[in-house]
Amino acid sequence: MVILLAAKLSAFFDPRVLSFCASAYRILKNYLQLNISLLYWILIAPFTGQFFKISPVFRQMVFIGVRAAPMVALTAFSVGVTLAMQAAHSLQQLGAEIYVPDLVMVTLLREMGPVLIAVIVIGRSGSAVAAELGTMKVSEEIEALEVMAINPVQYLVVPRFLAMLVMLPALTIFGNYIGVFGGWAVCTFALDFNTAGYVLRALQSADTWDLYSGMIKSAVFAWIVITIACNAGLHVEGGAEGVGQATTASVVQALLAMLVTNAVLTGIFFFAV
Amino acid sequence: MNSNEAPIIEVVDLVRKFGDRTVLNDISFNVHRGETLVIMGGSGCGKSTLLRHMIGSMKPTSGSVKIFGEEIATMKEREIGRVRQRFGMLFQSGALLASLTVGENVALPLFQHTERSADEIEEIVKQKLQMVGLTGFEDLKPDEISGGMKKRVGLARALALDPELLFSDEPTSGLDPIMTAVVDQLTLKLAHGSHMTAVVVSHDMTSAFRIATRMIMLGHGSIVAQGTPEEIRTSTNPEVHQFINGEADGPIPLNLSQDEHEHHQHVKPRPFVSARFRFHHKTP
Repeated sequence: MVILLAAKLSAFFDPRVLSFCASAYRILKNYLQLNISLLYWILIAPFTGQFFKISPVFRQMVFIGVRAAPMVALTAFSVGVTLAMQAAHSLQQLGAEIYVPDLVMVTLLREMGPVLIAVIVIGRSGSAVAAELGTMKVSEEIEALEVMAINPVQYLVVPRFLAMLVMLPALTIFGNYIGVFGGWAVCTFALDFNTAGYVLRALQSADTWDLYSGMIKSAVFAWIVITIACNAGLHVEGGAEGVGQATTASVVQALLAMLVTNAVLTGIFFFAV
Repeated sequence: MNSNEAPIIEVVDLVRKFGDRTVLNDISFNVHRGETLVIMGGSGCGKSTLLRHMIGSMKPTSGSVKIFGEEIATMKEREIGRVRQRFGMLFQSGALLASLTVGENVALPLFQHTERSADEIEEIVKQKLQMVGLTGFEDLKPDEISGGMKKRVGLARALALDPELLFSDEPTSGLDPIMTAVVDQLTLKLAHGSHMTAVVVSHDMTSAFRIATRMIMLGHGSIVAQGTPEEIRTSTNPEVHQFINGEADGPIPLNLSQDEHEHHQHVKPRPFVSARFRFHHKTP
């Protein structure tokens, strides 16, 4: 019994387990440091006269947000269409087709919109940011910035962070519109809705809190996605291979963190609000 | 050179260890205003590590590094920034930002650290690029120019703020002989004209003897020899002699021994298998 217990305990001290714990600890520590320094450069440094430049923020907004719009539109449209068809299939059996717009609207605003658009942005913009910063790190560009007394967090991370914080919620609103439009397409062409009926029904079903909760989620996701991507990029080690690994790691970590946070936030909204 | 004046760089008993391996061992030297110090030594002897300690991007295990009389080894990141604005650094690869054009790269420190107008900055950028022989290259991206050109742009960027002190990591490797001479002359001109101090890591001996006022030779993490170029040239130390004359035979070991390799345990020496057997998937 004691030996068995000891054997089980010793498994925790297996070198592989220990090295995994060590790397997880290192990533978390770097991540926290990045967040603290990010907050310093955004909230405190401007009051000491060290303003960040605003033009790179807009450049990043175009890159992170505007160029992702077509993909977001296609995704949101497919999701809207699918939601409407699935809802119609189930609700027809109850003779409750009238509720299809409600379902499309509420699901999109509260859940599918923020989550799916975050997935698209993680895959497209998060990985690109991680790869870009990682390449800069391995080609000594980050060190060069530091030696020129330019803080890499202020110069590289702050513009990307602010751009993401604005653009992900904006893309989510845009995606919600397109998704509702997808639902409309199904309802008017395949079910017995007219446009006015669909719009009225959809607007009646949703209240502002549905929208706000989705926006809160989206802003939190933006924070998570961009800080994880930047953290992965800034701590790349080991050349081109390292950049590849960091890019993959940033996508996996961001997806997991985003989905878990989504569950937690939904829980908070469900039980507390 | 006024030796009563406080030195620009003061390195005292610098020790740096990576794990158990001592990379820099008890390094001490001073650099005074207007001097050009060349640090030389074989690959992997700790030259670049020493340079990284002087620019504050690595912290010593023990010892002190003072730049402009300020202790950089224990300084906070924000204070190091203030010191770093007073010196320039040329990286081995140039380390230009790939997303910016050549002109924007040179302008970057000016935009970040001065209040000059865009027109003034453009003028300075033109002038700095002219100094390194790259007039008219402002609008190209770093990946559209050659490696040697990148390095020269890196030099122009390092000089953008008219630094009192310039660090160069292999400034002339990858340059043709004529461009090497141009870069050397530029360093000499700045050292004589504006009393710029320079620390140059190099193993290009022709260039080193042309620009140096003092030389340090590193080997196995310690200073093997230091002195004026004349003293180094006439040194009786066999390691120095071998290095400056580029001889294959001598006291400097060519390969790391097996013992030293144990620090890189992920690189396991492979048992010898002849290519013929490897390609035919047979064991000998």
